[in-house]
Amino acid sequence: MTPSGHDTVRIHPLVVRITHWINAFAILIMVASGWRIYNASPLFGFKFPSDWTLGGWLAGALQWHFAAMWLIAMSGLTYVTYGIVSGHFRRKLLPVTPAAVWRDVAAAARGKLAHGDLRVYNAAQRAAYLGAIVIGIVLVLSGLVLWKPVQFYTLGLLMGDYEGARYVHFFAMAALVLFVIIHVVMAVLVPRTLPTMFTGRVRLPGAAGGD
Amino acid sequence: MRESLKGQSRPQIERIERRLFLRRGLSLGALALLSGCDVTNAESVQKALWAMSRWNDRVQGWIFDPTRLAPEFPDSAITMPFPFNAFYSMDEAPAVDAASYKLELGGLVRDKKPWTLPELYGLQPQISQVTRHICVEGWSAIGKWSGVRFGDFLKRIGADLTAKYVGFRCADKYYTSIDMPTALHPQTLLTFRFADQILPTPFGFPMKLRIPTKLGFKNPKHIVAIFVTNEYPGGYWEDQGYNWFSGS
Repeated sequence: MTPSGHDTVRIHPLVVRITHWINAFAILIMVASGWRIYNASPLFGFKFPSDWTLGGWLAGALQWHFAAMWLIAMSGLTYVTYGIVSGHFRRKLLPVTPAAVWRDVAAAARGKLAHGDLRVYNAAQRAAYLGAIVIGIVLVLSGLVLWKPVQFYTLGLLMGDYEGARYVHFFAMAALVLFVIIHVVMAVLVPRTLPTMFTGRVRLPGAAGGD
Repeated sequence: MRESLKGQSRPQIERIERRLFLRRGLSLGALALLSGCDVTNAESVQKALWAMSRWNDRVQGWIFDPTRLAPEFPDSAITMPFPFNAFYSMDEAPAVDAASYKLELGGLVRDKKPWTLPELYGLQPQISQVTRHICVEGWSAIGKWSGVRFGDFLKRIGADLTAKYVGFRCADKYYTSIDMPTALHPQTLLTFRFADQILPTPFGFPMKLRIPTKLGFKNPKHIVAIFVTNEYPGGYWEDQGYNWFSGS
């Protein structure tokens, strides 16, 4: 994998790469089946197009949702536990300050955000990835309340009981979908990040054949 | 060495390879989408989903705390009008004749004598409960139901309380079944009244099992027969793919 090991460096640990793709797959299933479940009793004045949903009908969508739930729970838990215990989160995502996030988001909007060194996340990325992790946790917790409103009643009170949890779950989904869209757009704009998520390695800046 | 998105420069050959890589990836995705129906409807996938649903039944059985109570509400919280829901329209609800009605009992029950409506109405103690009905579709509504604890009734008829399931058959051909711990839950009521009135026909006359710890479709209306068994009895919706335990 690393014929020129001297000028490449590993930026994504194996655990992160594996859980990244399992999470991506599970999120796709959760969102697509979740939209079908939403359609059975919409919270707002719209429904998701049937073609964008998974499951065929409510029962099918629920089967997908509650099967992929285990995938996202196990992969997500592995990712978060690894990130905390190994120091991966601390090294890659911290520190992050509002001022730095603002500066980098403004730079990105002007198309002037630096991506020279893929080893280091800029502040906008740090905020986005930390945000995605928090959103993921909110999704799981609100999902637990919707699944078991009696057993997780106390947790539910934090989000306005069963009916409140429906809105929390919906908006957290919307936020996660927004994150995924931005994430994919950025990967397309900086395409050399994509193979990196498979190989885990990136060529050092300034190395042969590099930029 | 700062570099902006616009300023990306890299060797041509690498760019072409990447394009091929991406195109291949996209066609793979397109193929998956096109054949999406076939993939998700494949028998093996369906089997796996059903197996996961049965696994979820077991997990929910472990999570279920038989002493944890569903929240109860004041009368002022009751949803008016209460939504009607069934697999048929409201005017198709079965008209059960009160005079000839008899509740049949079967399975692992000692005393299988059928019960008439006056006998059921005479059961004591009758209690009222204002609880939330959560539909599998997602909506919820708060209603008031009155009747007797189902656990008391099961003891009264000498049901085998160690059995796994309690099954129900209804006048509208609906059928469902629940686990014994839920049947014995203190809030699981055999109800005869809704909103302080004899159960109206659309809401399950003459008798509805009210289970505030389960989704709405697990609350059978128009019950004509109750049986206790260790053989998985399934249910009208459950046999079509809805999760059997469906507990809250």
